Amino acid sequence: MSQASSTGVAVAADDEPRLVPPPAGAWHERPVVRVLGGALLPATLLALWQLVTSAGVFSAVQLPAPGAVLEAARGLIERDLLWQHVHISTQRVLIGFAVGAAIGTALGALVGLSRVADLLLAPTVGALRAVPSLAWVPLLILWLKIGEDSKITLIAIGATFPVFTTVSLALRHVDRHLVEAGRAFGLRRLRLFATVQLPAVVPALFSGLRLALAQSWLFLVAAELIASSQGLGYLLTESQNNGRTDRLLLAIVLLAMLGKLSDAVLGVVERWAVRRWT
Amino acid sequence: MSLLSPALRRSPAAASTSVTAAGGADALPLRFAAVGRSFGTGPRARAVLRDIDLALAPGEVVALLGPSGCGKSTLLRGAAGLDTPTTGRVLIDDTPVRAYDERCAVAFQEPRLLPWRTLRANVALGLPAGTERRTGASRVQELLELVGLADQADLRPREVSGGMAQRTSLARALARRPGVLLLDEPFGALDALTRLKMQDLLLAVHRGSPTTVLLVTHDVDEALQLADRIVVLGRSGEDPAASVSQLVPVPGARPRDRGSVELAALRSRLLESLGVDAHRH
Repeated sequence: MSQASSTGVAVAADDEPRLVPPPAGAWHERPVVRVLGGALLPATLLALWQLVTSAGVFSAVQLPAPGAVLEAARGLIERDLLWQHVHISTQRVLIGFAVGAAIGTALGALVGLSRVADLLLAPTVGALRAVPSLAWVPLLILWLKIGEDSKITLIAIGATFPVFTTVSLALRHVDRHLVEAGRAFGLRRLRLFATVQLPAVVPALFSGLRLALAQSWLFLVAAELIASSQGLGYLLTESQNNGRTDRLLLAIVLLAMLGKLSDAVLGVVERWAVRRWT
Repeated sequence: MSLLSPALRRSPAAASTSVTAAGGADALPLRFAAVGRSFGTGPRARAVLRDIDLALAPGEVVALLGPSGCGKSTLLRGAAGLDTPTTGRVLIDDTPVRAYDERCAVAFQEPRLLPWRTLRANVALGLPAGTERRTGASRVQELLELVGLADQADLRPREVSGGMAQRTSLARALARRPGVLLLDEPFGALDALTRLKMQDLLLAVHRGSPTTVLLVTHDVDEALQLADRIVVLGRSGEDPAASVSQLVPVPGARPRDRGSVELAALRSRLLESLGVDAHRH
């Protein structure tokens, strides 16, 4: 009896969703549609790539087939090299990004909150920001040698400026009334910054962080192209020197995937943070 | 009393203890000595206040009335150390007011709550520096009960009404145990009924812990209901700067009957001094 009734309830509950109209919200907001829609263009390109190469339009050195790129990946995996390249590059980006973001936030806070610091620092920081990434490489190698330090420093330089710019600008526009209330209730300097000003610029901070992460991958390749024995940038130059277009394409695809993946993860954190702090 | 906040009506005993708990610090005297304030410098300087002399006894409630833009808020900000007079001095307990003076607490015209914090955490912002964690938490809880927001304590400011936000702002100011409580049109943006409730709430708080209160308002009835004395700021003749034009003691003990004849006469007088013909309203 109880068995039957519980089944009955289960059936009823099962049926219910069919009676309810589909959830409100545009069709293009649904996750399935977004994933499929986003995959459409890469899939088309891949098919086109396959078509062109099997028709023999290009030589294998100009454009190897997708299969050949996969084969190259397998070769590198078997020799334990692929993971090594990916690992060292990701590590450099994450450390450099973290250091750069911290410096950018601190510098942005200083310039955004203090008129004196703005007067003294802003022009210099603006000039340093204008230096192209590759221009730093010889100097960093001279000062820090060809090791991890010089590469991470270069990436940190790349990550600092977007965070600096967005944070320093956003801090000028924090609601003056809120800041005054904070001060009236005894908040000063660092506590005022942590309690009122920093939370108020969280949305801007995260747009800066996302720009900085993209910039970090850019500067990683700059660092690894010129002086390294490991990493995806190194894989690029080495493949070019050995005429291995398949590996070259592999490195590019990996950079695209890692860049997109890291940005997506940061995007999730951003959504959470913006919900939490606004 | 009938318009007291629901929390107070629900449990009078608990309410009276929390009203007492809302106090703590001693009420302090506040004095404006020949205070003047002008904005700008040189030939473009614009005088707003001139020769304000005013003394508030400890525990006294003084309402500051005046037409818009006459410098009421500027004077109040001077008492909080949020603004510095051009001439004269502001003294609390006979020592000059410092910037962001910790002896006073302000409830601003707007609630000015941190949007990312719960009401509870916003009230906690008012606690004096160095308050022990447990003491602070229980004090915040008492204040939330006092202003009738215990059930909404964990909501964010955007999830509550304007009246609730303004009550939170008042609780935050009380959390500071101020020697001088400064209220800058704190109920101005509220609807009429909520405003009456807030006035009664303020009176209950003041009875429990008679701190010195300076209240800026442009609502004559609010001033009559709350204040021991009413100060009217106004300009005389060609002088662009305002100064004290009237200082009126309000008769009767609080809570006052809102319909009393004596108050009605005073009301007409005050409205006239503000340039309004009371008989046509």
